[in-house]
Amino acid sequence: MNAPAPAPQANPPAKSPAIVTDHQIEIVLGNLLRTGVLLSAAIVLFGASIFLFRHGREVANFRMFRGEPSDFRTIPGVIRSVLHGKGRGWMQLGLLFLIATPIARVAFSIVGFALERDRLYMAFTLLVLAVLLYSLLGSGLTL
Amino acid sequence: MTILTFTILVAVVSFVAGLLGSLTGLGGGVVLVPLLTIFFHVDIRYAIGASLVSVIATSSGAAAAYVKEGFSNIRIGMFLEIATTFGALLGAFLATWIPTAAIATIFGTVLLYSAYISRRVRTEAQRSLPPDPLATRLRLNGSFPDLGGERSYNVQRVPTGFSLMFGAGALSGLLGIGSGAVKVLAMDQAMQIPFKVSTTTSNFMIGVTAAASAGVYLSRGYVDPALSMPVMLGVLAGSLIGSRILVKAETKSLRLVFSVVILVLGLQMLYKGLWGHI
Repeated sequence: MNAPAPAPQANPPAKSPAIVTDHQIEIVLGNLLRTGVLLSAAIVLFGASIFLFRHGREVANFRMFRGEPSDFRTIPGVIRSVLHGKGRGWMQLGLLFLIATPIARVAFSIVGFALERDRLYMAFTLLVLAVLLYSLLGSGLTL
Repeated sequence: MTILTFTILVAVVSFVAGLLGSLTGLGGGVVLVPLLTIFFHVDIRYAIGASLVSVIATSSGAAAAYVKEGFSNIRIGMFLEIATTFGALLGAFLATWIPTAAIATIFGTVLLYSAYISRRVRTEAQRSLPPDPLATRLRLNGSFPDLGGERSYNVQRVPTGFSLMFGAGALSGLLGIGSGAVKVLAMDQAMQIPFKVSTTTSNFMIGVTAAASAGVYLSRGYVDPALSMPVMLGVLAGSLIGSRILVKAETKSLRLVFSVVILVLGLQMLYKGLWGHI
C-alpha cells in the first residue's frame, strides 16, 4: 500500500479494495528473480564446462572486435548451437535466460497491479514491457 | 595466454569487483569495463556487453534480499523505468554509431563523476516536505520502516527526476553500467526520496534498464559468451557473498579505497579515449 500517512504495518485498512499489498507482490517477484538468476548461472556454468574442456588450451583473443557469428546473435541461432551440444551455445542460452528475468518481473508486475485494480500502473507497466520486448525481439534477435 | 587462464583471471577480477561493489554500495559494474579494456586488452564493445549482463545478474540476484526489508517503492520504480528503458534503447543504438574512443572518453568522465559522488557526505535528515500534486496523482509517495516506526515521505520534482532518469538509462545503454551515480542524483537530490528507498528501488530498476539494452547488444554481436561467462559468474558470486558479510567498521575505508580505484580508472579511460589508444 502506498498510503501517504503512516499506516500500521500489519492488516491494511478494511476499506482498501486491494487483495494483496505491494510488499507481498515484491517478495514473490524478488524470489522469482533470484530463482531465474541461479537457473541461468547454472546453465552458463554447464556450458562453460563443455567449452573449457574443449577449448581451454587454445589462445585467448578478445582484442580484436569481430562481432559474434549469427549462432550467438539470434534466439534460433542459440537454440541451434545448443542442439549441437556447443558449450558457447549453452552459455549464451544461460545469458538469454538472465536477460529474460527482469522482463519476467515486469510482466508479473502487471498481474500485481491488476490485483490491486490500479489501471494507471497497469498501463505504465505495459509500456515498459513493450520497450523490453521490442529490444529483445524487434532488434533482429529472432531472425 | 590460454582461454583457461584468461577465464580464471577474469573470473577472479570480476569476483573482487562484485564483492567490493556490494560491500561499498557503489556497484561493481562501473570498474569492470575499464579493467577489461586496460588490463585484459578486451575490445570495449565486448567489455560493455559482458558488463551489461553482469549488471542484470547483480540486480536480480540481490532483489530478494532487498524487498524483504520493505524499503523499495514499486511504483516509483515502475514509473521511472519508463524513462530508463527508453533511455537505454537510445543508448544502445548510439553505442553502435559512436566511435570507441568517444565511448571511452564518456566512460572516463562518468567514472570521475562517480568517484566524486561517492565521497560526498550523505545526510539522512528528516525531510518533511509538502506533497507535490503530480507525485500525489501518480501515487509515488510512500512510507518505509524506520527506527521510530513507519516514516512517510513525499516525492518532489517529478519531471526533473524523470528527465534525469532518461539520461541515466541512456548512459547505462551506452556504457553497460548500472548508472548508480546518476540515479542517486535523480532520486536523492531532485526527487528528495529517502536514501534507503532510492538505493533499493534503484537496484530493482538497474536490471530492467540493462535488459532493455542487452537485447540490442546481443543481436549486434556485442555479447561474447566466452567473455561474459567469467564476468557474470564472478560478479554474481562476489556480490552475493558481499551482501552476506557485514563489515560495518571497514566499510568507510573500503569506500575510500574503491573510490580511489574508480578515480584512477577514470583517468586512464580519459587518457585512452582522448589520445586514441583504444
